[in-house]
Amino acid sequence: MAPINTLVSYSVQSVKVLDEDGSVDISLMPELSPEQLKALYEHMVLTREFDERMFKMQRQGRLGTFARVKGQEGAHIGAAFALRPEDWLVPAFRETGALLLRGLPMQQLLQYWSGDERGGAFPRSLNTLPIAVPVGTHMIHAVGIGWALRYSGTEAAVLTFFGEGATSEGDFSEAMNMAGVFQAPVVFCCQNNQYAISLPFTKQTASPTVAQKALAYGMTGIRVDGNDVFAVYRVTKEALERARLGLGPTLIEAFTYRVTDHTTSDDARRYRSEEEVEAWKRRDPIERLAKYLRAAGLLDDDGVAAVQAEAENRVAEAVTAFEAIPPISPEETFKHVFADLTPPLAEERDALLRRLATGASPGATKGE
Amino acid sequence: MAKLNMVEAIDQALQQEMQSDPSVIILGEDVGRDGGVFRVTDGLIQRYGEDRVIDTPLAESGIVGMAIGMAIAGYRPVAEIQFAGFAYPAYDQLVSHASRMRNRSRGGVHGAARVRMPYGGGIRALEHHSESMEAVYAHVPGLKVVVPADPYDAKGLLVAAVRDPDPVIFLEPARIYRAIKMEVPEEPYVVPLGKARVVRPGRDVTLIAWGAQLRVMREAAERLAAEAGTEAEIVDVRTLSPFDFETVVESVKKTGRAVVVHEAPRSCGFGAEISAQIMERALLYLKAPVARITGADTIPPLAKLEDYYQPDAPRVVQAVKDTMEF
Repeated sequence: MAPINTLVSYSVQSVKVLDEDGSVDISLMPELSPEQLKALYEHMVLTREFDERMFKMQRQGRLGTFARVKGQEGAHIGAAFALRPEDWLVPAFRETGALLLRGLPMQQLLQYWSGDERGGAFPRSLNTLPIAVPVGTHMIHAVGIGWALRYSGTEAAVLTFFGEGATSEGDFSEAMNMAGVFQAPVVFCCQNNQYAISLPFTKQTASPTVAQKALAYGMTGIRVDGNDVFAVYRVTKEALERARLGLGPTLIEAFTYRVTDHTTSDDARRYRSEEEVEAWKRRDPIERLAKYLRAAGLLDDDGVAAVQAEAENRVAEAVTAFEAIPPISPEETFKHVFADLTPPLAEERDALLRRLATGASPGATKGE
Repeated sequence: MAKLNMVEAIDQALQQEMQSDPSVIILGEDVGRDGGVFRVTDGLIQRYGEDRVIDTPLAESGIVGMAIGMAIAGYRPVAEIQFAGFAYPAYDQLVSHASRMRNRSRGGVHGAARVRMPYGGGIRALEHHSESMEAVYAHVPGLKVVVPADPYDAKGLLVAAVRDPDPVIFLEPARIYRAIKMEVPEEPYVVPLGKARVVRPGRDVTLIAWGAQLRVMREAAERLAAEAGTEAEIVDVRTLSPFDFETVVESVKKTGRAVVVHEAPRSCGFGAEISAQIMERALLYLKAPVARITGADTIPPLAKLEDYYQPDAPRVVQAVKDTMEF
């Protein structure tokens, strides 16, 4: 008896435009003006500088725990660079560069990561949801927003980010399935940085790629070199255009690497080798872009220094602005639980204010 | 005025809200062509089409998560979970996002999903179809929790929930879906959230309950009046969160005695919260400890043993007599 084929065949396309030496595949190169190329580079450098500065501030005790993006600038900035103002961004928590690109002021992110929840008040005009800490549960919101855009006939799309660890969560499946069923204009961008805290990608799933998971939900899936900003930009731009035209959702796997710890509370040396990290540092997305720009005559040593100096200035200004923010008032915690303060909450708030009025000081036992 | 049961009253409320507000969207399993397994959304897809009455895949978390996204985008989604016992996959979306989106964004966006679900026992159903887990929602900051006890309130509370700017868990007692018919005004009206109601005045003891247990309270109150001359005041809580302690406490200050009744498990049930509130606010008015008549801390039993689990009038009558004689 002949064996029965138990699986349909499939292939996953892997896109690469810009290689480690800075040379590009002309046939795949997206259309980008010199100004756009420079803007992309400046934004990646700014994000790197901001990330480095935040890390120092965290170590000085001026910020709380946060997730670094160093080394992943190509993936999330490349994708967000394809967004239009009328599109929506539904982030996870490792997309600092995308948030800044949307226009979020740096001092507001500092405020958020310092533990001041007023930092979550992203301006409504940015069409950008606040940071979602629980892994893998926010992509379904992108589907709901996408449904609304389609229902109202708005020519716009939603870009949502998550990591490869999130693809193991049940809500990933529900979001992908419903996006397919409702043909929601959503682009699912997985920054596969190969580690979910300590768990390597090979133990996260038996699938060789994240991109192939799109097949099961009847949508387009594509894998792209996540440290190649041109490739990420190109596939995301095309996916967003398809979505805006009502041609359905796309899953993009931006294959990259987390060169830092998971968060500032993590120590990645416990679960991976220095050699592995060093090898990936040599594939740095910013260096790669810089090589291309130099070869194209758009950047030289002075230009690199100027861009770096400008990034440092902007970050320094943001830190100054952050430090000038008045302290958060204790009653802020009651303000936005409901649209209007309920009587039970008003009672609890008033009790707190009465305690404070007597000179009581909170946090007699200070946590770490 | 037409006499409606609770299913018809809820259907009418949804129909009228969809008519007057184009941003109201229904979504859930079998809510469209089938009109819902209890027929609560009967006729809506014929009037408003499958874009506004959405038959979703079988995915509770996805339904609530999508509703959150719709609310963020400015719509008023009313999601149906087929039975409250199947809502647990969606609990994460409710706790992690619906209840917090407003706080997280400092009022910038909100996740005001209105989630209707039939709940509670007494319908001789399968496992998971008889649960009464209102306390797990009432415990979540940022969620409102509403339980109607008759068709009039069902319509008015649902209209209020649909118009409310916050996420609302709307628990519909399946046991009385068709058991009570009463006059329900045709025109839309609001029964405000967060307000309890004294449904029977009395001087001797306060009976506090919600949902299907109101019928049990009425029966118990009549028996007490006839058998012992005890006049019970009945308070229908109607909204568990935000809880209207004022109405409850005012009644207990008058009567000096309180019996709280719910079919949910006893430990950490909402009766414990009510009992604590009474103790904190009216201790010196009490002539007896607050009594609780509740389900046991067991898995809700299947049909054969259900009647041993559910509170009934004789249990309430006995509890009141014990309280009176304390």
